[in-house]
Amino acid sequence: MPIRWMWRALPVALITLLLSGCSLDGPQSTFSPAGPVAAEQLDLFMWTWYLSIPVMLLVGGVLVYVIVRYRRRRNDDTIPGQTHGNVLLEIAWTTIPVIIVILVAVPTVRSIFRLQSFVEAGDSDVVVNVTGHQWWWAFEYPQHGFTTANDMHVPVGAKIILHLDSADVLHAFWAPRLGGKVDLIPNQDNQLWLQADEEGVFYGQCAELCLGAHAYMRFRIVVQSQDEYESWVASFQAPEVQLVSSDPLVSQGRQLVASKGCIGCHTIDNYAEGVTVGQPNFPNLTNFGLRTSVGAGVLDATLDNVTAWIADPQSVKPGNRMPTLWTENDPNRDAEARAIAAYLLSLGATDTAADGGGHAAGLIADASTTPNVDGTARVGTAAGGN
Amino acid sequence: MSAHAAVTTHDAATGGIVTESGFRSTRLPDVKLLMWVFLASDCMFFGSLIGTYLAYHNRSLTGPFPVDVLDIPLTTVSTFVLLMSSFLMVLALHALRNDDIPKFRLWTLGVAVFGSIFLGFQVYEFVHFVNAGLSIHQNLFGTTFFILTGTHGIHVTVGVLWLLSILVASYRRPTSSKDAVYLEIAGLYWHFVDIVWIVIFTVVYLVEFV
Amino acid sequence: MATTTHADHKVASQLLRRPTWRNGIGSWLTTVDHKRLGILYILTSFTFMGAASIEAFIMRLQLMRPGQQLVSPDTFNQLFTMHGVTMVFLAIMPLAIGFANYFVPLQIGARDLAFPRLNSFGYWVYAMGGLMIYTSFFLGGAPDVGWVAYAPLTSLSANPGLGVDFYMFGLFISGIGTTATAMNLIVTIVNMRAPGMTFMRMPVFVWMMLVTSFMIIFAFPPLTIALLQVILDRTFGTLFYVPAMGALPILWQHLFWIFGHPEVYIIILPAFGMISEMIPTFARKPLFGYPVMVLASILIAFMGFAVWTHHMFTTGLGPVVNTAFSLTSFIIGIPTGVKIFNWLGTLWGGSIRFTVSTLYCIAFLITFTLGGITGIMVAMPTFDAQAHDTYFVVAHFHYVMGGGALLTFLGALYYWFPKMTGKMLNEAVGKWAFAFVAVGFHMIFFPQHIAGLLGMPRRIQTYPAGIGLEVWNFMSTFGTFIMAVGLVLVFGSVIYGLRKGRPAGNDPWDARTLEWATTSPPPYYNFDTQPVVNSIDAFWADKYPESLHVERVDPAEGRKYEGSHGIHVPGQSWYPILASSAIIVGSYGLMYDNWILAIVSGFFFIFTIFGWAFEGVGGHHVHPEVEGHGA
Repeated sequence: MPIRWMWRALPVALITLLLSGCSLDGPQSTFSPAGPVAAEQLDLFMWTWYLSIPVMLLVGGVLVYVIVRYRRRRNDDTIPGQTHGNVLLEIAWTTIPVIIVILVAVPTVRSIFRLQSFVEAGDSDVVVNVTGHQWWWAFEYPQHGFTTANDMHVPVGAKIILHLDSADVLHAFWAPRLGGKVDLIPNQDNQLWLQADEEGVFYGQCAELCLGAHAYMRFRIVVQSQDEYESWVASFQAPEVQLVSSDPLVSQGRQLVASKGCIGCHTIDNYAEGVTVGQPNFPNLTNFGLRTSVGAGVLDATLDNVTAWIADPQSVKPGNRMPTLWTENDPNRDAEARAIAAYLLSLGATDTAADGGGHAAGLIADASTTPNVDGTARVGTAAGGN
Repeated sequence: MSAHAAVTTHDAATGGIVTESGFRSTRLPDVKLLMWVFLASDCMFFGSLIGTYLAYHNRSLTGPFPVDVLDIPLTTVSTFVLLMSSFLMVLALHALRNDDIPKFRLWTLGVAVFGSIFLGFQVYEFVHFVNAGLSIHQNLFGTTFFILTGTHGIHVTVGVLWLLSILVASYRRPTSSKDAVYLEIAGLYWHFVDIVWIVIFTVVYLVEFV
Repeated sequence: MATTTHADHKVASQLLRRPTWRNGIGSWLTTVDHKRLGILYILTSFTFMGAASIEAFIMRLQLMRPGQQLVSPDTFNQLFTMHGVTMVFLAIMPLAIGFANYFVPLQIGARDLAFPRLNSFGYWVYAMGGLMIYTSFFLGGAPDVGWVAYAPLTSLSANPGLGVDFYMFGLFISGIGTTATAMNLIVTIVNMRAPGMTFMRMPVFVWMMLVTSFMIIFAFPPLTIALLQVILDRTFGTLFYVPAMGALPILWQHLFWIFGHPEVYIIILPAFGMISEMIPTFARKPLFGYPVMVLASILIAFMGFAVWTHHMFTTGLGPVVNTAFSLTSFIIGIPTGVKIFNWLGTLWGGSIRFTVSTLYCIAFLITFTLGGITGIMVAMPTFDAQAHDTYFVVAHFHYVMGGGALLTFLGALYYWFPKMTGKMLNEAVGKWAFAFVAVGFHMIFFPQHIAGLLGMPRRIQTYPAGIGLEVWNFMSTFGTFIMAVGLVLVFGSVIYGLRKGRPAGNDPWDARTLEWATTSPPPYYNFDTQPVVNSIDAFWADKYPESLHVERVDPAEGRKYEGSHGIHVPGQSWYPILASSAIIVGSYGLMYDNWILAIVSGFFFIFTIFGWAFEGVGGHHVHPEVEGHGA
């Protein structure tokens, strides 16, 4: 029965049906470019997509015709003419693919040199040195002399030049709405340039297997107006140090980051004046209150999420290197974790309220309605947290 | 058992002939074709090792570096020995083809001996390098040098054992020019190993001192 | 049929006599018969494919919804690594080699491969190597570094467990077997064609196996060296992939992909060959454009070595390198497209019979074309920057590998099962199975294109919720259930067919090539008389010479090319399986730092080589009487 092949049309039809109902937009979607790099990459895709439609129609059409027209009729044993070939046809159907290849190759080569050539950083460009670690991102701003982690802020419309290196194994930096990815390879200094022409929060993810918590090694690019960006930079160049707080939870948290050993690893420039705590190869937590996420893009940085992370990092991000600081049935765990979370969320924020403050709250609200990684809805928002 | 006519039929279309093992479409003995194919593969094998050596050239972070340890005069002598062994190989094959079994045995032994002398030089050189502080985990030069030349040395060793086996076998079973193809393929292998050494000698040793 | 057997070869004193069992397990362990080895390859491949399917199934279950923790990230990493390693190295490629083993000698009118014991060695080393990799699941964990095992993920510091060692040793060993068989096939095809069978009269499947074998012998050494380097790093402390001492991780990628890209052509070219057998048979027309098809395949093989860096477009090699390899990658699509058109040209004007095999061929044409189109897309480095390491590329290669190779091999199974067993597979059940397989396949992989472009990287145990990936992943998992039904039906069909299939006869399909000219299954010496050939599609020319405008060849011609002693049948041997065992045991020794075991195994291996070399020609002669047999 020759109609069996039509069964294959079923899923394609289903998909087309669904496609009409499903959006191709999303915070990590290559179909929603927010800058010239991603836009040009999408254009190339669409160009080949359009070119491939006649090819698919031709092959599919000939196949349908052949199946119908030349199927063996019942009891027909005549041997068809044993044609061996046709030179003209061979020439024709070699030439056509060559033409298609040229049509694809020309814009491709142009885009390669436009998007992948080495770029010298100009004064108005933003330079960020990205170092990949298992399983988080260090972002150093050499023009301004500070380092942060997992959230990268950039001004809208500026060219962003990233230098990519790895402290351990291979990683890849990928923020689809802004542009394609480049690998982070030890002993190799790779460069990627991007540009964001819209304000907002754009999601990214590591796209090269790095074992362990690879699936949870995400980041966010926060694109702001020039003014907002500059005030963000300023807050890192002169981090606000608060030794006591009006909120007892925050004060308790500050004591705990020392007694529980957090500052043995993590650098927090807000912790004390003139004293550097922590070590360079761990995520920098300075101005944590300005972050949109915790655990490298895994959860939004709400009080509840940060508490959950600190209390039991493995449940949020299996395989990561954060130590578990309490035993499972330690009665102090939740309260102490909450205090530390409150302290961290107070760093760099314009007010020291336990709910994380206005600046980050606004960004998180903008970001998306992303539920938590385990599929549960976010518990409370930053602004009204419990 | 039917009485067939003498079967020297050859096939006009392919140029093939009937042999003891059946019809063959070319005049090339199977084992010889196999050896050529194997050597083609071995080219890529050594090519990858040489490529690795070149990729890591001048990338060692610490010494000893090539100029510190490589001894051109010494290695020139060992190279000459290996080249001479190839010449003896040619003589051995020629002798066997002419059914001169005593000469065939002498020259085959000669190839094995010269090959062993080459290996002796290699061992001496390796020991000397290790004493100078170059080991496989000292730096990239140590890693790539020892593995490249070591792999070649293993190939030479296999060749020496092969030739000695042929030599011993020639005493235990009747040997004549009919068996020449088996020596010929050993010869092909030996010449290949020799040529690889020429490349290694150039790329690793001579290039340092140009 | 009368046969006379002479123990008519003088053999030197030997420690292990060449066995002569015809039945029982001993006969399978020591067989050198290409048909038996072909069957062993096919059975083993399908078994490994079953394991790989289970691995895939578990992965898809885990990915059905975001945030699930059915399996941990570590387990998930092992699953996709083993799925890839199994499918590429232990299932698909050996399946092609198995079919080649069985059918190349038959199609060229030969009686076996050129080196029967080497053939046996190739099989055992593959089977044991593969089994060895699977023992890793029970010995501390399977490799978890992806089937590509990028350095420095495979270093001792990043990966101290034994899993990576199993990968390195297992593939090193299997690779030896593959390379040996490729060399064997080359000598066979060049040297053992029937009288009158020039290269341009060979069946296309044979051409493809010749070209594939050349690719194998050139592609496997770089992989072997790369594996060796990591083994040396992990076992002896060399510095090949230690970045802290100045090493370049990208060297692994270059060596791997210089192997890896030709590898995918090694997988697909045999499939192309099978399509080129089945379509002409079921359309009752010769392959359209035979010389062009041959030339296109040779071009693909050459160019296959010139495109490897398209797997590394995102590694920062610069615009010039990216441009060069982008152009070569575009160019290689041209001969491939030409082949699709030639297959369509074969169908055009034919008299097409829609057997199960035909349906798989049609599915191949559609699926492989789609895969080729997405291949052109990812050949653009700038777009590839978005698609690389995402589910878009996973979809692409499953379309060409799964749609291209797997569907074809299922079709070939239905085509050649009657010849191998003498029984037919049930066509009605086969068509249902095909429907489930084809529909399921597209339902699994088509949505993955979209998931990739929506931002889903590959090799992730879970994905972020709320960014639009849920529906595509769900659909993809749903498809696995459908495809599984199809595959189970195929499996059941095979079991049933082996027992109760309709008798097939010599030539159930009215086919075109020489394997159909002998009995089903063929006698162990293949043909009663040496076939002689004067045309392409030699068997068809024998049945319908007027249709090809040739004279029928007198069957008695073949007797002129027989040796006077009758047909020589190669003897069985213990040494291939013993040599393989020595290699495996030695590898375990090295992995567990048991130097005594390794050295003893090494000596045992040398002993088996000497035994092999000096056990003598062996075998016996057969004189089948002329009445009523074969061509």
